[in-house]
Amino acid sequence: MSENTAAPAKPKGKKRLELDPRLAAYKGIWVFVEMERGQVHQMSWELLGEGRKLADILDVELGAVILGGSSDELGAAARNAFTYGADVAYIVADPILTDYRNEPYTKAMTDLVNRYQPEILLLGATTLGRDLAGSVATTLLTGLTADCTELAIDPDNRGLLATRPTFGGSLLCTIQTLNYRPQMATIRPRVMAMPDAMPERSGRVISENLQMQEDDIIAKVLEFIPDEAQEQAQLAYADIIVAGGRGMGKAENFRLIWDLAAVLGAEVGGSRPVTHAGWLPADRQVGQSGKTVRPKLYIAAGISGAIQHRVGMEASDVIIAINNDPNAPIFDFATYAIVGDAVQILPVLTDAFRSRLAVNRRAG
Amino acid sequence: MHIVVCIKQVPDSAQIRVHPVTNTIMRQGVPAIINPFDVFAIEEALRLKDRFGGRVTVLTMGPPQAEDALRKAIAYGADDVILLTDRAFAGADTLATSFALAQTIRKIGEEHPVDLVFTGKQTIDGDTAQVGPGIAKRLGLQLLTYVSAIDALDLEERSITVQRRSEGGVQVIRTRLPALITMLEGSNQIRFAGMDDMFRSARFDVPKWNKERAGIEDVSKIGLKGSPTVVSKIFTPKPRAVKAQMIGADLDASGTANAILDIISSQHPRLAQELGLITP
Amino acid sequence: MAEKFDAIVVGAGPAGNAAAYTMAQAGLSVLQLERGETPGTKNVQGAILYADALERIIPDFRDDAPLERHVIEQRMWVLDEKSFIGTNYRSDAFNSDQPNRYTILRAPFDKWFSGKVKAAGGLVICETTVTELIQEGKKVIGVRTDREGGDIYADVVILADGVNSLLAKKAGFHGELEAKNVALAVKEIHFLPEEVVQSRFNIKGNEGVVIEIAGAVTHGMVGTAFLYTNKESITLGIGCLLSDFKKAGIAPYTLLEELKAHPAIAPLIEGGEMKEYAAHLIPEGGYKAVPTLYGEGWMIAGDSAGLVNAVHREGSNLAMTSGRLAAETVIALKDMKLPCTAPHLARYKTALDDSFVMKDLRKYKELPDILHGNPHFFSVYPQLLNRAAHTMLMVDGQDKHSKEKTIRGSFVQQRSLWGLVGDAYRMWRATR
Repeated sequence: MSENTAAPAKPKGKKRLELDPRLAAYKGIWVFVEMERGQVHQMSWELLGEGRKLADILDVELGAVILGGSSDELGAAARNAFTYGADVAYIVADPILTDYRNEPYTKAMTDLVNRYQPEILLLGATTLGRDLAGSVATTLLTGLTADCTELAIDPDNRGLLATRPTFGGSLLCTIQTLNYRPQMATIRPRVMAMPDAMPERSGRVISENLQMQEDDIIAKVLEFIPDEAQEQAQLAYADIIVAGGRGMGKAENFRLIWDLAAVLGAEVGGSRPVTHAGWLPADRQVGQSGKTVRPKLYIAAGISGAIQHRVGMEASDVIIAINNDPNAPIFDFATYAIVGDAVQILPVLTDAFRSRLAVNRRAG
Repeated sequence: MHIVVCIKQVPDSAQIRVHPVTNTIMRQGVPAIINPFDVFAIEEALRLKDRFGGRVTVLTMGPPQAEDALRKAIAYGADDVILLTDRAFAGADTLATSFALAQTIRKIGEEHPVDLVFTGKQTIDGDTAQVGPGIAKRLGLQLLTYVSAIDALDLEERSITVQRRSEGGVQVIRTRLPALITMLEGSNQIRFAGMDDMFRSARFDVPKWNKERAGIEDVSKIGLKGSPTVVSKIFTPKPRAVKAQMIGADLDASGTANAILDIISSQHPRLAQELGLITP
Repeated sequence: MAEKFDAIVVGAGPAGNAAAYTMAQAGLSVLQLERGETPGTKNVQGAILYADALERIIPDFRDDAPLERHVIEQRMWVLDEKSFIGTNYRSDAFNSDQPNRYTILRAPFDKWFSGKVKAAGGLVICETTVTELIQEGKKVIGVRTDREGGDIYADVVILADGVNSLLAKKAGFHGELEAKNVALAVKEIHFLPEEVVQSRFNIKGNEGVVIEIAGAVTHGMVGTAFLYTNKESITLGIGCLLSDFKKAGIAPYTLLEELKAHPAIAPLIEGGEMKEYAAHLIPEGGYKAVPTLYGEGWMIAGDSAGLVNAVHREGSNLAMTSGRLAAETVIALKDMKLPCTAPHLARYKTALDDSFVMKDLRKYKELPDILHGNPHFFSVYPQLLNRAAHTMLMVDGQDKHSKEKTIRGSFVQQRSLWGLVGDAYRMWRATR
């Protein structure tokens, strides 16, 4: 019962896909290029890179859907999208779309899909992407596979094979959308490789108007409070992360995490229990229900390494784990293990880094 | 004011085990809990009720055992609960799930019109975050996802102002009721039920609705039939072969710290350079 | 208005469930309080269920209880570092319609049992910790919980809150549990396909095997190890006295690791996936450590009363039986309209004394002391026995008579003739 992704009792036998002729007209792969406040989310380029591979397999065009308030910004984004592999950019520029709001974005996207009929529509599994994807899929009454980590094409039927972790990462399942189009999926940031830009590439731009007036829209954005520079948890893209877990004991002890992070110029992250307890803001959670990260150095202090955390950080280059339980699962996949109380070891480690870095800076 | 909170009973992912042979989730012995994200939704709904009055109905779709989750919701202070349970719902994906829940909320609304629907931002088993938006779309509710705080609620004007997490910042957004809110974690802390509530919960007769009771006639929209997606393969992640190298097993804290620095410097020179541990 | 019940049962393990079910079934108003999230969550996996004790409470339990395998074979192994010597008893007679012993997984089993309590009309409230007993003078009149408005009253309170009952201690009914009277056991569960379990242990269907293990694996500490076959898993565990662990400075986990690596055990669990590791305490003080079992308005049952037969590794049957007998005492007093005062509740003690529970504990009452005073039972003998077997079975040109002489010599050398005689006499006294 409830999402079948969550209850994989038995995988269904492979169904022959006899696509409804009405649906066979759906062609091409679209990637939603996520722009908020003039900024394109890096994951949109990751997604175009992946979309390009799929489009080449299917021998179809790769489209970039770009929605926003300023046609200049959208034009620039479209040019960038071409360099990352898009053949066509579908653009809807309207002041109504300046701030993300579910209603007009859903309208813009569903109108485009109904008109141009892509067979696959990919979005980033960001807050914006998931908000939009759920509404668009429900409006179009089509299948949506959320939070995927791997995409492939079924050679038998040209269908999208979307693989996603489930049960906190304990299992992976591959999901197909049957007789519905487009096949929709959201993809985790930081999972697909960032493609190299090809500056010489360009493509076609198709512009559409938004069939909506501001008066039609109930929700109004009163204010946007950007994350302050130092507060901004650019966790997903950080090179060094110091993360704490329940083993830190109490909220106050997180000072030790921040101290080490400050010395290393690192971002701070945490496990699910820690963000749930309010010791860290929710957007600093690393793991299945939080962010996926792949830093060069990940220091895990007092984190046991439950599968749900592991899936979010095991791609890190070097993992140093500090935990007082020698049997903690994190030691099964960390690079280096320190068995001991993180609360006692962290300040010493911070001092050691501080003095070593100071020495080298003087020397250098 | 009438608030409906949609929750899900999930296996505690911290204790989940995958059967090594059949690759299925072994629920045996794994405690079933209320999806932790939904707990924030329950608490926020109860806080609004404390401030503005009204009633809170907690709804879940699931097998008969999901009754335990609803019983717990009663202990927290929900006025009523409904367990939507019917074999016909089995195998539902997010689209079919949102249809069944939306239909049930519509039915609940016939008796007590619904002003707000709350859910957690996502579940810890499915992790889709799609059922909330789906319900909102089907019921024509204003959708407010990833809400961290409710700034204002005006029942006369029927307006609500919330802070919601978006990429790169926080949106302060005002919209109209009825609305659906998915709550961000860490935004509140669930209350500890008193003994009276525990007794009420233990004695509560949890109403169970089948599809007919929920007013669902079209079985092509629910369960496996109503699901555009199918699971074609299930497998376990590849385990990392190498265990961690123990550092400083017989050293004191400072010895251990220096040992780590040394090993970074010697084994990972590029990282050490970027950190400034060694100079190029 | 504070609630009042005929009886409050603290704890939802085998003893608590047996007590609550029996009283609820008899129509008494029963409240059962459990601190865990659900009954069974605080329990470790993998245990033996003795049918008889449960049959007396729920005769048709076999219809729906979550049972793993019925035991048709019992092996007793004495290990040294490389080898083991042992006995087997296997009988097709155990394949009856009503098998006598089963392996179970505690979490689902406890949950099932608790469901029976609810179905019988008992009120079960979990995630609620009883912080103290409410007393009026010496008489227990209710419990205080950790929740607001948490005072609840009852004519009688049955304590089944597990080993080292904090409540009984706090109320002054018990002293501190001594480390020499409690064992620390660690268990793991290893998953294997059903067919593999069956073929490795030469069993079919739901037949099961239990292996009791003693010897070198405990490093001379007083303790034993065990292996149970479940449907598609194997429970493996080892337990030693807490006082010995402290003295020896060995971590329980290390023992378990060594056990798993032992050449006699490793092939049995090979390829299995370890999914759970849990530690728990077992009261093993035996008869002499059993505390006062009842008082004004209260009784104590199961592990919290130290009712464990360490020699035969029986616990849940003693727990269920004591829970049932406590419940039957309350039912009888209610029938006779007698209050739950200490003199009346003395019936519980009498019933326990007349049952196998106390009779068995009494039979082995000297054993804990003897084992404490003679650690060589767990170090020297296993080695001697294994060496003896090895010497006898080794065909190396030496005649059997000389071999026997060598074996005798090694025994006497290690333990002196008087030591051997003394050991034999003491063991005979303690187990007779």
